[in-house]
Amino acid sequence: MEILFPITLFTYVVATVSYLAYFWSQKKEVRTVARSILLTAGLFHTATIVARYFQVGHTPITNMHESVSFFGWAMTWGFLSFRWRYQVKNFGTFVSVVITILMVISALSSQAIIPLPPALRSHWLPVHASIALMANAFLAMGFCGGVMYLLQEREIKARRFGIFYERLPSLEALDNLNHHCLAIGFILLTLGIITGSIWAKQAWGTYWQWDPKETWSLVTWFIYAALLHFRFTMGWRRRRAAIMSIIGFSAALFTLWGVTYLLGGIHSYAG
Amino acid sequence: MQVDNLMIIGVNHKVAPVEVREKLAYTGDCEHPVLALQKISSCKESCFLGTCNRVEVYFAAEDQEEGARAVRQFLFSRSKLSDQEAQKYSYLHVGEAAVNHLFRVASSLDSMIVGEPQILGQLKSAYRDASEHKSLGMVLNKFIAKSFSVAKRIRTETNIGSSAVSISFAAVQLAKKIFGNLDGKKVMLVGAGEMAELAAEHLVAQGIREVVVANRTLARAVKLAKRFEGTAVSLEELTSELESVDILISSTGATDLVLYKKDVKPIMRQRMNSPLFLIDIAVPRDLDPELNDVDNVYLYDIDNLTNVVEVNKAERSKEADKAERIVLEETIKFMQWFEGMEVTPTIVEMRRKVDEIRKAELEKTMAGLRDLGPKQRRSVEAMATAIVNKMLHNPILFLKTESEDIDKQLKLELIRKVFGLDQE
Repeated sequence: MEILFPITLFTYVVATVSYLAYFWSQKKEVRTVARSILLTAGLFHTATIVARYFQVGHTPITNMHESVSFFGWAMTWGFLSFRWRYQVKNFGTFVSVVITILMVISALSSQAIIPLPPALRSHWLPVHASIALMANAFLAMGFCGGVMYLLQEREIKARRFGIFYERLPSLEALDNLNHHCLAIGFILLTLGIITGSIWAKQAWGTYWQWDPKETWSLVTWFIYAALLHFRFTMGWRRRRAAIMSIIGFSAALFTLWGVTYLLGGIHSYAG
Repeated sequence: MQVDNLMIIGVNHKVAPVEVREKLAYTGDCEHPVLALQKISSCKESCFLGTCNRVEVYFAAEDQEEGARAVRQFLFSRSKLSDQEAQKYSYLHVGEAAVNHLFRVASSLDSMIVGEPQILGQLKSAYRDASEHKSLGMVLNKFIAKSFSVAKRIRTETNIGSSAVSISFAAVQLAKKIFGNLDGKKVMLVGAGEMAELAAEHLVAQGIREVVVANRTLARAVKLAKRFEGTAVSLEELTSELESVDILISSTGATDLVLYKKDVKPIMRQRMNSPLFLIDIAVPRDLDPELNDVDNVYLYDIDNLTNVVEVNKAERSKEADKAERIVLEETIKFMQWFEGMEVTPTIVEMRRKVDEIRKAELEKTMAGLRDLGPKQRRSVEAMATAIVNKMLHNPILFLKTESEDIDKQLKLELIRKVFGLDQE
């Protein structure tokens, strides 16, 4: 079963290369191929996670290797489920690149199986961690939308069209995509914080103790809350929303990794 | 008729600011300009063209100066400008220059946006109007009709028209890249230029919901708005209208900017930052170039749009050169036709000259023959007339008949030399 992860990683790489080929050639047939390869990778990935579950005996989201892999898995399925609802040209190219980067990070992290620390032995583990990672997946897609928006807007604003103008969808479509990803991501992020807080009460006896991870997830939450709030009240849309989605995602990534490596604290598991 | 009787007096966006063009004769007059022109006695044939950027009178006058003054007076009658000032704001083309000018106008080489297709249609309807009012004589009729075929030839032989169409196509594509879907969007036309109309037409075909026209003179705004079933506003309402507009196409003939960055910046907040696509197709520019710096505002002027179309500049100027060459060629051809028309005056001159000789010689001879009776006198006179007529018969036939081997121009030249018509 150890072979499943490399197969998954390899399939993702092939999917990404196909998507890049589509991005370059703009041939519909290439896109169809890329999509089916990504779908295959998603299925392999699901098998990998299920196998790992039986191997380690609990939901495999307790260390860096597992959590980043789960992050990538959530992004793949989030994208695939999104794809049927939104037609956003070349979104897949950007998303597949990010997924592959995540999978490479996961592959490079230690895959050793460490016995579960006592504090994590709870039913809240799969609930809290998976929700938090799924939130990251949608925020990552919002990040992709933001990057695409800025690339497209740059060319339109500069009045000189390069490789992106033809290949990327309209600003309106990108802004909508961004908004939908962030709205879903924000709901999941909120749920992640609430479930974490309940679990903290059970494990440590207090809902909130300003642990660095908690603090930074709150910072991330406030960034997205501000973005969504001002979108409706002050018209923080489009360019500003795109920039904010990139800033927000950086905060989310810092919460996931930066806190663990730089700040430590009792919540530093995913490492 | 002489070539130099053919004249054009006109005012366009290049020579006169919009303030002057607005006050030209036809705007809002109830009497048709063609009828007014018919009243000018020195003006024998006439045709009137009025578009947003151009007002021109094509006419034929016996007395050049008198005709030009009268037509100018008619054009500028509402402006209170002296004839001298009127001359400054208008151009006068005579003869070959007039031919060249009309051909360039018809083929859109003289337009604000070279190659825009509207002008030919406007010229055709001006021609129809003049024709219905029986204002066209043989010469003007042929002259204007010829300009249509020249325009058609240029359109088929060069790519000049494609750049204007592709510019407005590019504008639509851009709008789609910004707004996604154009359904339910609102477009505003500032000024009423031909290219603006073309772009608006394309946009409406793409699902634009509402068209607003803002113009200095409300009457014209209303007229254009009617075409798109839109509304008309005055230029003062421009900024307040901007709150709900998505696309703005500006093509006024104003010398100053119409919209500044400081006007738009506060509005963007009220618009909740929904994007604003500004298209400036006026020359000189209507919209502050700094507007592009405002977030979610995208400003394109005609050069930007042309660059985007990726028709490279060398290619475009090559097409324009080709078109200019065709105009020159057709001008020469038309002039040749016109010269052909001068056979009749040549014959008349020839007759007059020979008649004068006959009369002079008769008088001289008769002075020495005092003892002749009236009957004999008449015989001598009849003989002189008969000789003259017989002598002239062949030269006239020579002039009038078409022949393959000798050029008409050459024939005329020959006859005029032989008879010494140009000496006096």
